[in-house]
Amino acid sequence: MAENVKPRVRVPKTAKAGEAVVIKTLISHPMESGQRKDKDGNLIPRQIINRFTCEFEGEMVLDATLEPAISTNPYVEFEAKVPASGSFKFTWYDDDGSVYETTEAITVS
Amino acid sequence: MSQKYALIGLVALAAVAGAAKADPVDDTLVINDEIEMITVAPAPDHLKDVFDVVRSGWLYRETETRDMQRDDFENPAMLHVEAAAAVWSTPEGTEGKSCASCHNDPESMAGVRPTMPKVNPNNGELWALEQYVNACRTERMGAEAWKWDSQDMRDMTALISSVSRGLPMNVAIDGPAAPFWEKGKEIYYTRYGQLELSCANCHEDNNGRYIRADHLSQGQTNGFPVYRFRTTNLVSMHNRFKGCIRDTRGEPFEIGSPEFVALELYVASRGQGLSVEGPAVRQ
Repeated sequence: MAENVKPRVRVPKTAKAGEAVVIKTLISHPMESGQRKDKDGNLIPRQIINRFTCEFEGEMVLDATLEPAISTNPYVEFEAKVPASGSFKFTWYDDDGSVYETTEAITVS
Repeated sequence: MSQKYALIGLVALAAVAGAAKADPVDDTLVINDEIEMITVAPAPDHLKDVFDVVRSGWLYRETETRDMQRDDFENPAMLHVEAAAAVWSTPEGTEGKSCASCHNDPESMAGVRPTMPKVNPNNGELWALEQYVNACRTERMGAEAWKWDSQDMRDMTALISSVSRGLPMNVAIDGPAAPFWEKGKEIYYTRYGQLELSCANCHEDNNGRYIRADHLSQGQTNGFPVYRFRTTNLVSMHNRFKGCIRDTRGEPFEIGSPEFVALELYVASRGQGLSVEGPAVRQ
């Protein structure tokens, strides 16, 4: 497991029904590309976040494949329409099998 | 005939000079929709014959770079601030103390960054923030001193700076600080290296113009430590000084040397009144 991996998201606390809100996400992760060599010339094994998903109440909002060229601490920003109050669930999948999750509630007024 | 060519040459030169001139933007910096920053301030008295106003380096950066600093979520330096906040409350050294043991929350450091560097009343030396941090570590915590330009030190100075954001730079340059300030001023106006450039040649005479692809600012220090895209990490003020002198093809002073601390004081005094922005985002 990579060290100091910490997911963070920013979702507005409230929204109007059907409004598109801006969601910002970032996970601190080294995103080791698998292309680099250490000082002895050995390949440093690839370890990246290879998939990121966002679901709203069980419905998939965003399902992204992340590639080795994406830099350290991948930041993903997107818009999502909010039909009703509920929670967003964010999931990051690591090459080593670790899964990092966080949820954030939003209230429709 | 030759007169005609000379005229064309002159027009071409004027066009080039026009393209190379790019003024800082007129923009307002509010961080997290909350902290209002002073990015333009009246020049301090000692600088009145040089500038009318002093400007933050933020105004010389591209739109995207400026936006990144508006929101802590997007400011990559805040990851380092977060890392330092964890270190802040972790006991280290023989005394079993952490920063928090004496200073409580990092917020208690608000107001420290704008006054740095400052003469240490105990020994009469001019000390930068890094030296005060290390004095705490070695004398009160019984821990090892951090290297000036280490990741731990840059992270910690970013944390201490971050809680002063919005407060105006306010370094003491009179009394016991006066001789250090004079020394810093002398360094600022001394031409170094094979290119024979002083700080003033770029940041005073030519700020707003381009040096190759780089938009020269006034060289203010209120944003340090800064997150630079070039290194994708925090950069300390002394590292930046060193880089500038190296670029003149000169032999830089050591990071942490009394010369650089004196220069730090003088340059800080040129930005009196500008808000502390550290950790700022720069190119």
